[in-house]
Amino acid sequence: MAELLKKDEMKPGAIGEGGTMANLYTGSWRTYRPVLDMEKCIHCLRCWILCPDSAVEISEGKRQETNLQHCKGCGICAAECPMGAIEMKLESEFMREEQ
Amino acid sequence: MAERVALTGNDSAAYALKQINPDVMAVYPITPQTELMHKFAAYVADGEVVTELVRVESEHSAMSAVVGASVAGARAATATSANGLALMWEVLYIAASCRCPVVACVVNRALSGPINIHCDHSDTMGARDSGWLQLYCENCQEVYDNTIQAVRIAEHPDVRLPVMVCFDGFILSHTLEALEVNDEETVRRFIGQFERPDNLLDVAHAQTFGMFALQNYYYEFKKQQVDAMANAPAVIQQIGDEYAELTGRSYGLLDAYRCDDADVILLGLGSTMGTVKQAADDLREQEGLKCGVLKIRSFRPFPAEQILQAIAGAQIVGVMDRAVSFGLGGPLFHEVRSARYGHQDGPMLDFIYGLGGRDLGLDDAKGIFRSLADASESGRYEPTTRYVGVRE
Repeated sequence: MAELLKKDEMKPGAIGEGGTMANLYTGSWRTYRPVLDMEKCIHCLRCWILCPDSAVEISEGKRQETNLQHCKGCGICAAECPMGAIEMKLESEFMREEQ
Repeated sequence: MAERVALTGNDSAAYALKQINPDVMAVYPITPQTELMHKFAAYVADGEVVTELVRVESEHSAMSAVVGASVAGARAATATSANGLALMWEVLYIAASCRCPVVACVVNRALSGPINIHCDHSDTMGARDSGWLQLYCENCQEVYDNTIQAVRIAEHPDVRLPVMVCFDGFILSHTLEALEVNDEETVRRFIGQFERPDNLLDVAHAQTFGMFALQNYYYEFKKQQVDAMANAPAVIQQIGDEYAELTGRSYGLLDAYRCDDADVILLGLGSTMGTVKQAADDLREQEGLKCGVLKIRSFRPFPAEQILQAIAGAQIVGVMDRAVSFGLGGPLFHEVRSARYGHQDGPMLDFIYGLGGRDLGLDDAKGIFRSLADASESGRYEPTTRYVGVRE
């Protein structure tokens, strides 16, 4: 971990750079994980627009895998997907698999 | 050219804001502040200011809009009273911690309940730990002058904190008084242009505002606020001196009236201090009682050192509180007594008065001075906290 700044090295009431949340692991408390069926995905990118945590990643206009470092499992993407391509699965199932 | 005019307290604040011409003003009506925003809205409608007036759905939104505007680099202001300020509570702390140098005119009114629209200081007293500076006004002239100076104080690079200009509901807000106003050019030159060094719209130098800070950083951000507040007394004095050069009306952290040779001194905030000054004059003349009055202009930052200096020669000191901290007593009293501890001895009494707009007249003020003199003479100081004019 980088050394912590001292009080007077910090900006008053702000962080001296933008986009700092991207560096944090904010997906640790997810209960449900969105699992995308690429076969069904039509790349309408509605999930990308609606994801409140910018966890849906795209490349050249195509849907990529969800970034699980930031996904909190809210399920908006699954609820809004017009193709029903996203299924919310309990994280505990993956924990069992991983074990 | 300065001009002599007759304005109410609300109109004085609105007139000052017109001359300030803030970029953004977000307001929601509440008695007794409403006329202030009505008047300002008329300036907007008549094209006398370029301010973007945001008519929001609540005071919580008003303060939020002001914070948003401020971090985007705008000079922003708002106005409210009582429960409106209470609804802003959450965002008051955010404005201070985001170091938004905004100005809020707070027309002091009793907090509900019971519902009451009249003056006391329970609203702003509750916000004293929010990280805002608080300036209290004795009359409409001070409402006007403090609103203008508040902009400079808030935006000073050593401070960069929000400022509340507090003035008594109805007693000042709806009372027509004669005051002197500056011309617009003078005010605009005095306040200058606002340039926030870091702002949300400067995408070439992107920064994070309203951020998350946990155990590793929150504490340092708070200490920054403590330091900024510690810089504020010198800045308030400096801006007050500059303003005096411009207008002939001088302002500091407090106003000591006939304190130098006084045996009995009363401290307090706001419009009542005018009545108390008259009582001091009368008692000196009619009864030979050497009375002094110490009006606190800046309650936050709290001018402990200057207060001690001003009351050093008094035999007894009384503090007038137009608010009560339930289970403790008057907030101003306890802060003054705490400031004296270890530095200065002397008896003190606390006078709670005027809750919910209960009038305090000249005779009441004289009665308070006399009860201080009696206590001093007899050496009986109990009870410490006295409730002036309550039926019991």
